[in-house]
Amino acid sequence: MKHTIAVLVENQYGAFNRVATMFSGKGFNIHSISIGETEVPEVSRMTIVTEGEDKIIEQVVKQLNRLIDTIKVIDLTGQTRVERELALITVFYQKGTRAEITNICEIFRGNIVDINNKTLTLEITGPPDKIDAVVNVLEPYGIKEMARSGTVALKRGEQLKHDKKETVV
Amino acid sequence: MITSKLKLSGADIFFECLKREKVEIIFGYPGGAVLKLYEKLYDVDFLKHILVRHEQGATHMAEGYAKATGKVGVVLVTSGPGATNTVTGIADAYMDSVPIVIFTGQVPTHLIGNDAFQEADIVGITRPITKHNFLVRDVNELASTIKKAFYIASTGRPGPVLVDLPKDVINSVCEFDYPEKIEMRGYKPTFLGHQNQIKKAADIIKKAKRPLLYVGGGVIMSNGYRELRLFAKENNLPVTMTLQGLGAFPMTDGQSLGMLGMHGTYWANQAVNNCDVLVSLGARFDDRVTGKVDSFAPNAYKIHVDIDPTCIDKNVIVDLPIVGDVKHVLAELAAEFEEAPDLAQWWNEINQWREECPLHYEKNDGKLRTEYIIEKLSEKTKGEAVVITDVGQHQMWVSQYYKFTNPRSHLTSGGLGTMGFSLPASIGAAFGIKDRPIISISGDGGFQMNIQELVTVAFYKLPIKIIIINNSFLGMVRQWQELFHAEKYSFTDLSESNPNFVKVGEAFGIKSFSTNTPANVDSILDEAFAYNDGPVLIEFKVVKEDMVFPIIPAGQTVKEIMTKRLDPKEMV
Repeated sequence: MKHTIAVLVENQYGAFNRVATMFSGKGFNIHSISIGETEVPEVSRMTIVTEGEDKIIEQVVKQLNRLIDTIKVIDLTGQTRVERELALITVFYQKGTRAEITNICEIFRGNIVDINNKTLTLEITGPPDKIDAVVNVLEPYGIKEMARSGTVALKRGEQLKHDKKETVV
Repeated sequence: MITSKLKLSGADIFFECLKREKVEIIFGYPGGAVLKLYEKLYDVDFLKHILVRHEQGATHMAEGYAKATGKVGVVLVTSGPGATNTVTGIADAYMDSVPIVIFTGQVPTHLIGNDAFQEADIVGITRPITKHNFLVRDVNELASTIKKAFYIASTGRPGPVLVDLPKDVINSVCEFDYPEKIEMRGYKPTFLGHQNQIKKAADIIKKAKRPLLYVGGGVIMSNGYRELRLFAKENNLPVTMTLQGLGAFPMTDGQSLGMLGMHGTYWANQAVNNCDVLVSLGARFDDRVTGKVDSFAPNAYKIHVDIDPTCIDKNVIVDLPIVGDVKHVLAELAAEFEEAPDLAQWWNEINQWREECPLHYEKNDGKLRTEYIIEKLSEKTKGEAVVITDVGQHQMWVSQYYKFTNPRSHLTSGGLGTMGFSLPASIGAAFGIKDRPIISISGDGGFQMNIQELVTVAFYKLPIKIIIINNSFLGMVRQWQELFHAEKYSFTDLSESNPNFVKVGEAFGIKSFSTNTPANVDSILDEAFAYNDGPVLIEFKVVKEDMVFPIIPAGQTVKEIMTKRLDPKEMV
């Protein structure tokens, strides 16, 4: 089963490498991994999509926690969450197909961000399965290049009481 | 002591930090990137620096020192090859959870990544084999980094921590401020076990008809051996130990079943196979212990006490995990017991297994065997020596025949299985322990892997009894070749190539003996133990083709245990 795991780490030299090294060293799968700053400058947030039996995922979470730079590990799987991925897809067009592709882009609420005499570049955001769907539809036209950001995810916000503010750390 | 807020160079800060961490000894080797540190070291009087002959030796010495004393072992080496030479020792310390801190020199920060002379990305290289590592990029971070390094290495599940020190950082100057306490939000090891879990464990052990304590190195590391002894003795519980756990419970005590696992005793493995409650204390269900995982203690309710949560449910799924320091958990567990359970029936069974298949070896053919030598050593030192073994057959025979009575007395490379561990590790132990004999035991193969450290032994006149068990083979590999690889003795016969070990010893100025006769063992050992002017080396030329029994072949169960070499006639 696929799991989406958020990891808050010290925004420090080598922190990303430690996570990547641990995954490869222990033989865990990584479907995608993304990393970026959070609202706290000295904390980075990684979103890792991994796959495995429950026993493996339990080890993944424990091993992540064991890293000294790790502040918090949250398995978002099974929680209500917002998950998004960004894809840039450059696709070939011909005389008759340019409008079709533009139309597809609109249906998926994407943007055309570049065009030349042979190709269009689409920007699509959404949950990973939406990106998969776009890729499927565009494949027959011929995809020249594609870049996917990997998933980022956040737990959906709960109603906060007035005097309480949730802090990251 | 230098007061805070003084402007100091990186090199001065380095030694101030070591002083505050109460470091008494470092094992090191100078070189270009650490020249400044060695310049300062020249005038440092609060610690001893031991000059090694190879940086791998330095890491094993630090391990030996740490394992024998419980203190943190410290290594100082230069950049590039100096650093990469430490890698095997670091991996060894990581596998066996040994608290050591390795300081490596590094090229100046502006040259990092330029393929500068003697540059190696040692932080990258050692990332998977350290508990944590640091590259210090700013002298202002030096003091707090060193503090963190010692804290991380010695707390929770101990392990090696490497600190990489670029040359310019060591040369820079800043205000010295040593933090008294360190807070890391990402590192807060669980210390106390969960109360309810401990109560539940106690209830289950009380009701058990066939309980068994399975004791690992964690009991020794946490200094929980007193608690273990009390708990086991008061409740008449049988105790089996892992390789790293030997000595946690006295092996001379009737309640000790000796070691379990691949080369463990028949009765310990039968007890595991038949117990109804297995209490794992600071052990990690290693494959050399479990064999076939599904058949390991198949009928037992499994309780697992460990300070490292990743150890739990990693190899074997357990019924009741307790994350915490095993010393404290044991004390709390013991407090739950009022009267000893009646285990007479269980002890009957265990004692039957003991009689059914005792440890045995051929004593009557006049040939010299390792088992005999180890028995003699055990007898002469009353099981109280610090015995540092290498890896292979002799290591297993020591685990079977040396009756360890004290913790921190059996030092060996268990997890990584590093040949060449014994000699340098015994040097570390000899610097830490002065009131007990230090015995280094290696095979003829492993001995040659760090043979250069004989210089260190000789130069510092360390009272180590260096024993070489010479069967002219890589014995354990040969054993597997005989049992499992069609008797193809591929590159394991060293008889043509071995040096004259007595001459080797003498070349280093070490008093050396050799014998191949059982009748000489007593007198040689007596002479060796009576000698008190530095090290002695003894080569025992033993029979070439003996095998370690019992053996449970890898990935199998106690049902497949082999207790003796099959007679070719019986095999037909």
